[in-house]
Amino acid sequence: MSQPALSKSMTSGESGLAVVFAITAFLCVIASAKALDAPFAFHAALSAAASLAAVFCIINRYFDRPAALPPAEINGRPNYNMGPIKFSSFMAMFWGIAGFLVGLIIASQLAWPALNFDLPWTSFGRLRPLHTSAVIFAFGGNVLIATSFYVVQKSCRVRLAGDLAPWFVVIGYNFFILTAGTGYLLGVTQSKEYAEPEWYADLWLTIVWVAYLLVFLATIIKRKEPHIFVANWFYLAFIVTIAVLHLGNNPALPVSVFGSKSYVAWGGIQDAMFQWWYGHNAVGFFLTAGFLAIMYYFIPKRAERPIYSYRLSIIHFWALIFLYIWAGPHHLHYTALPDWTQTLGMTFSIMLWMPSWGGMINGLMTLSGAWDKLRTDPVLRMLVVSVAFYGMSTFEGPMMSIKVVNSLSHYTDWTIGHVHSGALGWVGFVSFGALYCLVPWVWNRKGLYSLKLVNWHFWIATLGIVLYISAMWVSGILQGLMWRAYTSLGFLEYSFIETVEAMHPFYIIRAAGGALFLIGAMIMAYNLWMTVRVGEAEVQRPVALQPAE
Amino acid sequence: MSFWTRHQVFEKNSIILIVGILLVIAIGGLVEITPLFYLKSTIEAVDGVRPYTPLELAGRNVYVREGCYLCHSQMIRPLRDEVERYGHFSLAAESMFDHPFQWGSKRTGPDLARVGAKYSDDWHVTHLTNPRAIVPQSVMPGYPFLSQTEVDPDMIADHMRTLRTVGVPYTDDQIASAGADMKAQADPDNSGSDAFSKRYAKAVVRNFDGKTGTPTEMDALIAYLQMLGTLVDFKIYNEKANFR
Repeated sequence: MSQPALSKSMTSGESGLAVVFAITAFLCVIASAKALDAPFAFHAALSAAASLAAVFCIINRYFDRPAALPPAEINGRPNYNMGPIKFSSFMAMFWGIAGFLVGLIIASQLAWPALNFDLPWTSFGRLRPLHTSAVIFAFGGNVLIATSFYVVQKSCRVRLAGDLAPWFVVIGYNFFILTAGTGYLLGVTQSKEYAEPEWYADLWLTIVWVAYLLVFLATIIKRKEPHIFVANWFYLAFIVTIAVLHLGNNPALPVSVFGSKSYVAWGGIQDAMFQWWYGHNAVGFFLTAGFLAIMYYFIPKRAERPIYSYRLSIIHFWALIFLYIWAGPHHLHYTALPDWTQTLGMTFSIMLWMPSWGGMINGLMTLSGAWDKLRTDPVLRMLVVSVAFYGMSTFEGPMMSIKVVNSLSHYTDWTIGHVHSGALGWVGFVSFGALYCLVPWVWNRKGLYSLKLVNWHFWIATLGIVLYISAMWVSGILQGLMWRAYTSLGFLEYSFIETVEAMHPFYIIRAAGGALFLIGAMIMAYNLWMTVRVGEAEVQRPVALQPAE
Repeated sequence: MSFWTRHQVFEKNSIILIVGILLVIAIGGLVEITPLFYLKSTIEAVDGVRPYTPLELAGRNVYVREGCYLCHSQMIRPLRDEVERYGHFSLAAESMFDHPFQWGSKRTGPDLARVGAKYSDDWHVTHLTNPRAIVPQSVMPGYPFLSQTEVDPDMIADHMRTLRTVGVPYTDDQIASAGADMKAQADPDNSGSDAFSKRYAKAVVRNFDGKTGTPTEMDALIAYLQMLGTLVDFKIYNEKANFR
């Protein structure tokens, strides 16, 4: 390039972050040396190595980059930042397959307990949090970060805010996953479901999450559109509320700053309520609001139709976030939690059915006039079926939150089946659909490598889900009924172990369903890989500006 | 100005949108959680409930570490079949010193809220080492490694001090003798057993895993399991005391 030589210097972000990471590396080395337990020493060493790698990467990037930072616009068009999105998309696919695989392993352990191998690191109790965290936070989280960074740029028509900050978010988040996941295998857990990571991983996540919020918010603030697009409301609600939930549920006091063990500040009944306020809204805001944002951008985009009703989306948004927060106590029906709290939780859970279906209608009706595309476009089919699954599980959820139904369903596999109809059907499929759209867009390809393979993925995964959830319905209701069965003489009819034995065939069917879902995801990974490697490049077209509706 | 026009203030200003979100999501949590810190029924003290002994605490930490709560609940609901299968329904007070709580959400295995004193120590050792040696249809993992790992009596006082900071009423005396108490509970011949029993009401002193020497994680876990649900005497508990 024949540009005049600009004097090149480090930005304050580059030098500041390099210094912070250098200090962090030093502190982590000390922590590793003084560690009271082996997992903490390992994590401190891992953090030291990662911090050093970060310093190296920042300096290396500085020497490789031109003197000027990438411009916000090129020839009047936004110069979108796709790097962090590519990274997160790749990690989503990686963690997805890892998470589904661990799910298959623990499903098999329940059918054939010998697969626990009597070792600490391979037993069900340690692998189960690995599965849930890998699919929810690693797979789902990376999908959310990738899509949110894409959607916020496109719908605001500006380049993502920050230079190093977006990279800090995506890499930092995945480092959190790595710390949490290896911790579970080593027995580091605070035993709060879906919030198992110990205090130091929680602290790191807090820093990363604040950076995520700032990058997202700063991008919105410098937008070129007067309105904030609907999807961004949902992303914003997801990011802000997850921060509140994380802080509320996790305050803990470490036994020592050089050890992994901590004790949560809340105890007993208060801890139970905090936990399920968090746990249910991890579902509500991570697995629902965030993925609804995906629905509101990717379905209209793929169907090439506007959102069905803008007013419905306004009602949907406020009603959903207001009602969801109340629903937590339905996880604690008939426990020592006061009755009024349980009843409140149940009432709001039932009311929640309405905004949920409002959202579903808004998503499905977006296809008005474009339903024929379902026949030819398997990606759109995946997105639409995900919304149908969303509708199904958001009907099932309120039903299960009714106390009488819950007295049967609670503690059984019905809950597991319900979670998976939402997780595999809704979150899984909407993520797959979004990634099938996103990968050609961010890697600048004309289309996917093979739509036929998407079709195979769709049907194999759908079959897997059907096997999974129907097996869990039957086993859950069967077990619930067996627990409460009485003989004509008034004695309990079954011992507990008889109910365990009765689950065996369904556990095998469930594992088979999970295997099909995993195979589908592997087909997808191959398809996306080939799209990036051999796909034909898209020719850049000038953007035709359209007024916002 | 119509409602839809008014709503534009949220659509055009990200800070107002965030403040709106925060206000809307705050209400439900505040209404449901705050009262639990002062309502009589959620903070009642029940006779017999005491903090865990050092050995039980170490056992509880093993329970947490191995993820036992993922398959075993510790919360008996007041339903006829549960009360007949497991015992008196669980009281809020029985988990008041649990940081974090272990109520669980799934019963792949049975509820453990009142498993204490139901089986012998020998049964637990054999069952934890190889569940299918006792219950052929069981799908529980085996934990043979617990017998091979010793617990650390030197560290437990720090754990109790941390718990005291978050609200568990350990006395200075209990913390000062934590390490000695830990050994004493697993060794009936220990000279400190009597002093230990005075510090912790109803605590059982036994050689839980049947082996001599420093207590193992097996000792600790069984000590914990054997005390679960045994602290409250339901013959004298007045369950109508808090009725209004």
